[in-house]
Amino acid sequence: MNMPDKNFYSNRGEMALDRETLLQMQRRMLRIRHFDERASKMVKRGQIPGTVHTSIGQEAQVVGACMALGDGDYMSGNHRSHGHPIGKGSPLGPLMAELVGKGTGVCGGKGGSLHLADFAVGSLGESGIVGSSIPIATGAALSAKVLGNGRVSLAFFGDGAANQGCLYEAMNLAGSWDLPVIFLCENNQYALSTPAHTVTSGVIAERAAGFGIAGVRVEDGQDVLAVYDATRTAVERARRGEGPTLIEVVTYRFHEHSEGLRLGTDYRDAAEKEAWLERDPIVLFRQHLVADGVATDAELDALEAEVIAEVDEAVAFTDASPFPDPSVAFADLYTEPTPLRVAATLRGAS
Amino acid sequence: MAVMSYLGAIGAAQREAMEADERVVIIGEDVEANVYGTTGAGKSRKDKGDFLEMFGSNRIRNTPISEEVIVGAAAGAAMTGLRPIVDLSYSSFLYMAMDQFVNQVAKNRYMFGGQASMPVVFRSAMFYGLNTGAHHSDRPYPMFMNVPGLKIMVPASPSDAKGLLRTAVDLDDPVLTFEACPLWGLKEEVSEEEYRIPFGVGRVAREGSDVTIVAISSAVPESVAAAEALQAEGISAEVIDPRTLVPLDVDLILGSVARTGRLVVADPAHRTCGAAAEISAIVAEEAFDSLRAPIVRVATPDTQIPFSPALEKQLYPSRDGIAAAVRRVLGARPLIDAGV
Repeated sequence: MNMPDKNFYSNRGEMALDRETLLQMQRRMLRIRHFDERASKMVKRGQIPGTVHTSIGQEAQVVGACMALGDGDYMSGNHRSHGHPIGKGSPLGPLMAELVGKGTGVCGGKGGSLHLADFAVGSLGESGIVGSSIPIATGAALSAKVLGNGRVSLAFFGDGAANQGCLYEAMNLAGSWDLPVIFLCENNQYALSTPAHTVTSGVIAERAAGFGIAGVRVEDGQDVLAVYDATRTAVERARRGEGPTLIEVVTYRFHEHSEGLRLGTDYRDAAEKEAWLERDPIVLFRQHLVADGVATDAELDALEAEVIAEVDEAVAFTDASPFPDPSVAFADLYTEPTPLRVAATLRGAS
Repeated sequence: MAVMSYLGAIGAAQREAMEADERVVIIGEDVEANVYGTTGAGKSRKDKGDFLEMFGSNRIRNTPISEEVIVGAAAGAAMTGLRPIVDLSYSSFLYMAMDQFVNQVAKNRYMFGGQASMPVVFRSAMFYGLNTGAHHSDRPYPMFMNVPGLKIMVPASPSDAKGLLRTAVDLDDPVLTFEACPLWGLKEEVSEEEYRIPFGVGRVAREGSDVTIVAISSAVPESVAAAEALQAEGISAEVIDPRTLVPLDVDLILGSVARTGRLVVADPAHRTCGAAAEISAIVAEEAFDSLRAPIVRVATPDTQIPFSPALEKQLYPSRDGIAAAVRRVLGARPLIDAGV
């Protein structure tokens, strides 16, 4: 087992990134923002069935982590997870179609908002059960280690999941076996309405020390470069065979826990909310790009217009797509079709 | 052919699978030391070496006692290129990982629209009838039959244990094996060649014409013994071992009931919502016209398992209880109420 010298805290590293990568970061953050804003509207209009959790406000934390991974690397998500496949490079059309339940959805309409997965970009799936996908990402790291293919795996989970036992089973196993896995806690400070600090003992990132693995707390999760640097460091450690890292990123969700949720109580302090809304990760990074001379305002406006057009196309693709045939409900349970002895009674024919 | 015990046959299947495919790995508690005799060439570590020597520490791994992450990590590894065999030792330990079994292992292929493959085998042993008390004696396969997406094997002989396990490792779907400790010592001639027994194909353990006994796990040898005893009374009982519960060889069962007109189901699991309940329901729905008598289940009563041998032994399907059930479906007045 590799014992890190000490846990480290990071607010902003200084990894040199080329212009293309920096603009790709902004593009992916904008994709998440506009995709989720459109999804939010579609929920309110009744165009998306079921429940939807947006990543609006958390785009830097998502994209900073995803872009630190390589194309062949794996990740698992959670209930607030549209941003993860988008951050890893998934096309928007099949994601939007999945939210609506169309047959062209990335999961053929079987998963929906809570179960997006795009194996083509290493997205091994979201979990609607809090914390439940952490062992899955750990297992992907095990296969990378056994097969020696150099891949890395990352588990996204929230501050709520940070109190699930499976995280600690996974950290212990990954530490014991030096697995190339990153446990990334998206601490948006509220488990639905419960303030994380009222149900969380100590600092999440510091829990890494108990397992002899590296731990890092990104205090400003609205800064995409800070998240990128912390994750990139962890990815490089993992790829060198130095084992897992726990990263805690402090961030904030701008919308309600889920779209359309109306709570009688205002569990978030108005001043706190206002202060975080001031720290919009997309606005902040845009200011950085302009100030550093990476891009002009006009270029960034054009980039945003392209992203809006992409989202429009994704919605048009969704609208033009058919719903799946009812028989699809009986497919994909096993590798080979298995006879189900229910069809006649289901159709009221018996 | 060689004489193999039930456990020895499982060990042989694991060795063959490890030799055949480098993607096969074995993880679990105490697998490196070959504690149960299934991860070595012979029964003891000294006998011809163990898997650790044969396959190395990359492919055979002792785990911490952390069932939730063992099961979930095996699933994640299976989704990304390995074909793990997970040794969970006692079947009661599966409950520690219930979320991973139900929400990840069983659902991932389906809810991701077929993107995931889940080639993973979860082995566990049911330590019933061995005075291990309430925490180690469970026969929990019916709970998992209730979870679509899992496949379930319940071998009742060394030959079936070896052939079914080879198939299980080849399948791209998750398989749970429920091995019967009361049968561990059972020995028979088993082929040393590679062979596979398909899932969903039952075995006629004994042919007969008056009554069909569908028997599961350790109830198979008990049912065969009951059938032999009934022969002396002029009763010809057919014994069917489904071998896998998911998928279930419904055609074999329905075909047999169509000939005999009578059904007894012997199942060591609990009575309520057990495997016997499902088999009985299928026959009642699909072969009611063939039945000449009500179906009778011989199952473990809905009580917990006590420690004392004086208390435990009576609870599981026995040859006497099965024979009494057969006499009942054949119209005889019940001689005893054997809990059937």
